[in-house]
Amino acid sequence: MLEASNLECVRGERRLFTDLNFRLAGGEMLHLQGSNGSGKTSLLRMLCALTPAASGEIFWRGRAIAKLGEEFRSELCYLGHQNAIKEELTPLENLLSSAELAQETLAEDAAFDALAMVGLRGREDLACRYLSQGQKRRAALARLVNEKRALWVLDEPYVALDAAAVELVASLIGAHLQAGGLAVLTTHQAVAVPAGAVRELWLGDADARQRSQ
Amino acid sequence: MLTLLRAVIGRDLRLAMRRQADIVAAMFFFIIVVSLFPLGVGPEPDQLRRMAPGVLWVAALLATMLSLPRLFADDHRDGTLEQLALAPQPLGLIVLGKVIAHWLVAGLPLVVLAPVLGVQFDLAADALGVLVLSLLIGTPALSGIGAIGAALTLGVRGGGVLLSLLVLPLYIPVLIFGAGAVDATVSGLGPQAHLSLLGALALGGVFFAPWPTAAALRVALE
Repeated sequence: MLEASNLECVRGERRLFTDLNFRLAGGEMLHLQGSNGSGKTSLLRMLCALTPAASGEIFWRGRAIAKLGEEFRSELCYLGHQNAIKEELTPLENLLSSAELAQETLAEDAAFDALAMVGLRGREDLACRYLSQGQKRRAALARLVNEKRALWVLDEPYVALDAAAVELVASLIGAHLQAGGLAVLTTHQAVAVPAGAVRELWLGDADARQRSQ
Repeated sequence: MLTLLRAVIGRDLRLAMRRQADIVAAMFFFIIVVSLFPLGVGPEPDQLRRMAPGVLWVAALLATMLSLPRLFADDHRDGTLEQLALAPQPLGLIVLGKVIAHWLVAGLPLVVLAPVLGVQFDLAADALGVLVLSLLIGTPALSGIGAIGAALTLGVRGGGVLLSLLVLPLYIPVLIFGAGAVDATVSGLGPQAHLSLLGALALGGVFFAPWPTAAALRVALE
């Protein structure tokens, strides 16, 4: 369903990777690995069509994403480095407004359940600026609980989370894969996803890979 | 489409209500700048009447400028802008919602305050009416045109100064026809022609500006 062919990434003067190819089918997860600055985030942003690739193309269901536009974006869920959480709003308002902006219907009860699931019960009505870093991340990840879109692109989803929350997110990703979805994520933590096939992709030179193993 | 517009406007208004200091600061800026002129120029009524349209309109431009840098900067910083750009609707439509919300928060208060401040300049009732009308028609254009500048300077260091240099020249037509409408009323010519041109600028500003703004935002996100 998701296919990249001969992708090349150039940041400033540096060429981060060239001739990158992969193919991902439903129920599969792509785990991107590589040292800092090897182009993981850049690749994720290319997959979302936020950054254009220097050369090469990305295909979704056999069609180039640059041409698909809104059709592709309606099947894409992106969670970046930043949480996309408004500090002035409460976790509940954040969750409801992000669903509204994505033109999805999310009942208030479902939103409450999602927040309880990520461990924010009792803090639904507290402005997000009073939450800790990990709690803000949890508030951002609550979006995934009711997320039905087919392709999840997650940039370091486990950062700032404690062990229980990491396990929860991994189980959400597992359930998503089991339902036939796709996921592409970067992480430096070795976390096993309970279901679905995991493929690994290393960015950067081979030496860095050797050293880290 | 309308539900999306409503969602964007509702969200931005709610955010503005949680951060009222910004709105109040821009309003006080407008009040103080306008009030400084009678104090500085002296109480000569004829002179004040002649200055009034220009002073009020220039102050309105500057007060709008004050709130422009934050139009996209907050969303950019916390990653919300990426989410908006990835929403399954045209980004231009979301920008239109943000422009409307910006006008409600930054433009409409100026319209409401203007007649009170106009009294300081001894403006007659009909001139006050036209002043309010010209601001009501003209301030949406300020929000629309300003959005282009705010998007182009997004993420640039010292963007605020650059934004003024970029946007203030584009505000000149709005200023000329806005202040001109009040002037024409004072001198007995009738404001219709000026107001029509102002209306055309506002329509252009609000409905065409979101598209170049969206393009500039996509460049800023790359």
